[in-house]
Amino acid sequence: MIELKSIRKAFNQGRPNEFWALNGIDLTIEAKKVTAFRGPSGSGKTTLLTIVGCLARPTSGRVRLAEDDISGLPERFLTDIRRSTFGFVFQQFNLIKGLSALDNVMLPAFPTGRPHRELRERSESLLDRLKLAHRREARVEWLSGGEQQRVAIARALVNDPKVLIADEPTANLDTALSREFMGILENLNAEGRTVILTSHDPLVVESAAVHRVVSMRDGRLTED
Amino acid sequence: MLFQPAIIALLLASGVAVAMLAAAAPFAVQVIRQWDIASGSERQLQLERRTYLFSTLAAFVMTVQLIALLLFVFNADRMSVMFVGAMCAVGTLNVNAWGFPALIAQMAVFFLAATWLAVNHVDTRAPDYPLVRIKYALLLLLLPALAFAFGLQLKYFLGLKADVITSCCGSLFSGDAKGLAAEVAALKPAPAMLLFYGAIAVSAGLTFAHARTRRYGYAAAAASAGAFAATLVGVLSFVSLYIYEHPNHHCPFCILKPEYGHQGYWLYVPLFAATAAGLGVGALQPFRRVASLREVLPTVSRRLASIAAIGYLLVAMIATYFVLQSNLILIGH
Amino acid sequence: MNAWIEKQRHLIDFTLASLARRRTKNLGLLLVYALLVFVLASVALYTHALRQEAARVLERSPEVILQRMVAGRHDLIPPGYLERIGRIRGVQQIEGRLWGYYYDPVVKANYTFMAPAAEQVKAGTLVVGPAVARSRGLAPGNTISFRAYSGKLFAFTVAGVLPHASELVSADLVLMSEADFRAFFEYPAGHHTDIALSVANPLEVRTVAAKLAAALPDSRPILREEVLRTYASIFDWREGLMLALLSAAIFAFAILAWEKASGLSAEEKREIGILKAIGWETGDVIKMKLWEGGLISLTAFLLGFVAAYVQVFRFGAPLFEPVLKGWAVLYPRFELVPAIDGLQVATLFFFTVFPYMAAVLVPIWRAAITDPDSAMRS
Repeated sequence: MIELKSIRKAFNQGRPNEFWALNGIDLTIEAKKVTAFRGPSGSGKTTLLTIVGCLARPTSGRVRLAEDDISGLPERFLTDIRRSTFGFVFQQFNLIKGLSALDNVMLPAFPTGRPHRELRERSESLLDRLKLAHRREARVEWLSGGEQQRVAIARALVNDPKVLIADEPTANLDTALSREFMGILENLNAEGRTVILTSHDPLVVESAAVHRVVSMRDGRLTED
Repeated sequence: MLFQPAIIALLLASGVAVAMLAAAAPFAVQVIRQWDIASGSERQLQLERRTYLFSTLAAFVMTVQLIALLLFVFNADRMSVMFVGAMCAVGTLNVNAWGFPALIAQMAVFFLAATWLAVNHVDTRAPDYPLVRIKYALLLLLLPALAFAFGLQLKYFLGLKADVITSCCGSLFSGDAKGLAAEVAALKPAPAMLLFYGAIAVSAGLTFAHARTRRYGYAAAAASAGAFAATLVGVLSFVSLYIYEHPNHHCPFCILKPEYGHQGYWLYVPLFAATAAGLGVGALQPFRRVASLREVLPTVSRRLASIAAIGYLLVAMIATYFVLQSNLILIGH
Repeated sequence: MNAWIEKQRHLIDFTLASLARRRTKNLGLLLVYALLVFVLASVALYTHALRQEAARVLERSPEVILQRMVAGRHDLIPPGYLERIGRIRGVQQIEGRLWGYYYDPVVKANYTFMAPAAEQVKAGTLVVGPAVARSRGLAPGNTISFRAYSGKLFAFTVAGVLPHASELVSADLVLMSEADFRAFFEYPAGHHTDIALSVANPLEVRTVAAKLAAALPDSRPILREEVLRTYASIFDWREGLMLALLSAAIFAFAILAWEKASGLSAEEKREIGILKAIGWETGDVIKMKLWEGGLISLTAFLLGFVAAYVQVFRFGAPLFEPVLKGWAVLYPRFELVPAIDGLQVATLFFFTVFPYMAAVLVPIWRAAITDPDSAMRS
């Protein structure tokens, strides 16, 4: 599904504070599986996630998505791929304050120009499925942490992506909510979606739902 | 004469446009020299992001030029009271030698910006941005054109002296006068109609054909330019007469006036849109064999051609409507 | 095409929502923006109305006025001049006119005294302009006396008050009979102030003027179109000068707009990062921001323009009257006839919307190129 070849990523290139966050990563992520990246903070797992999810381009190396080389694509085209292939759940949920839950869910589909009614129905059914139908008109800052995360999940799914990417999804949740999240994750995977996440939460990486754990340190893979 | 509100506005608009493009020029040079689509470096990313600024800028300049074009003609018409002999825009434009060149330069800048946007649009549809260097070289060419138009405008406005006796549309476009405009105006209605409808038919036909078959791209663009000229000839020699219902009033500007119900806009707006689209088709043709544009370019080019075809048909229909509803009879039945 | 429209709708929806969320920040800018439009539109509307007023007045004045010059000064037309002009082709009517100025010490204002050609005003009566009527509290039937320059006192009965329609010129007018006029000013018999000629065909005016200058070398023909031209250029010049002076304000506004647009709050930056991460393209963000600028411009433009319209046409432009009108001692209180003009709206657009959009273009782009992965790194 996703194939990474000698991926390197530098920040502040050519300046004194140049820093290589990724240092030669070779990795294949299988479709329809749940893969977790584990490692201490600063190990490069989030950077790797941004490259896998087409949020950033590697400084060198190749990224292949379903046989297409996408590493040299300009942002404009990466965005197209990102929008249709990946859904993101961020650590801080990154919902837009002041908008209702429903509006937040609809946001990723705005640039596609999907008809409003169709989009609204799709978003409502997603919220419904995540047991948030009663909260859809509520502003997101009024929701609890667990509810916010479920809004974020619904938002990630609105464009019906094949891959769901979650960055430290349980960092802000208690145990019960974390378990609930893993449950949702399992369901999504059972539907045939690929899931990629980063975590150092044992509850996540040791969960039966995770098929493969990739460990990282200092921008390199350590062991599987 | 500089302290005229509309003149200040026009100079402000072109001055700012020139300044903006000039400020952007070094970055365009950078793009031309350092562009490397295969690189994943931060510099390449910055260059790519800069291209968004240029497209936005060019679109802005084009919009502003279009509005400025209207304002220019509008203002010339209004200022005609200040010049002896002037009764409409033509007189004001004739006050010194720079009036008509400034107007033509303004139109040229509009069409140049429009064709650049067409090339830009196609280029951003291909993942490898194949035309990026050509595009920015063209943008650097647009800058002197814009500066030249600004210079002409400045010269024209600075040279506006109220004590000049000018000649207006009556003398410029009358049968006795000399010069290209007069000769065009003196054209008999029948051959002018033939020319106008012929050119419109050819350009609408070719653009339509291009939209259907992808062929005749250059021909369609050339026909568009021809149709633009032919329409202006048509307006001068017969359409205006029918609108004014006067056998000797040949002015292409008076039809924009409220006295004649702003009818000119109905004619000029589709004409400018169609010509811009038609020229855009031509601007795209040199790149139709670029590998990554094989898919995208024909689609865009055909869409532009459709717009041009519809535009020209509208022009013809509107002109015909003006002729038919007029009380003037130029050609015996 | 449908998808495109739908997309713009979505972008506008989002823009409206985000404008509403940042009401206070945008309100300040909106008010300054609207104020700028208001000031500029007031100037524009007011001068345009003045121009129209002048044009309306001049419409009824004769095409050519002939003045006699003595030592470069305007002098009386001696008897016999009318006859010496004789018949000129194209001239429909010739008449000698009688008018002069009178300083009224009671209200410290200048009046224009005039004796209309036809015997419209009976001897011993006056027809007065609306401003005169107002300042002296006159109504038809009242009696008023003026002390002539000779020291003699003359009493008149007011026969009527002129209508308001063209107050700019008729405001300070006092009409009287020819006999009264000559007696009041001790005007030599047979002399006139100037000669008015009406010419039907505008193309013949210059020929007529040339013939007049040839026939009476000591006289100066004044053409209506020239007066019109002078008026137009004076009003335009005043308007242009005002605008040039206000250009500092426009410039300051552009800087403010630039500042506002580049000084994105952390919250806004975060939002753009999120939008980009979840699938908005740089171009989409630019479009959204341009819609925002466009909506702010439109609102400010409408607000400012309507306020200016009300100020000028309902309240007579109390803020700019002294600068733009610059009339004599007796300020005519005239009702401006509402008139909007496409050229002015277009010009106004260039003085307000254009600087705003030009100023926010680069900041918009800067905001739009936020790294999409910034959402991950927070």
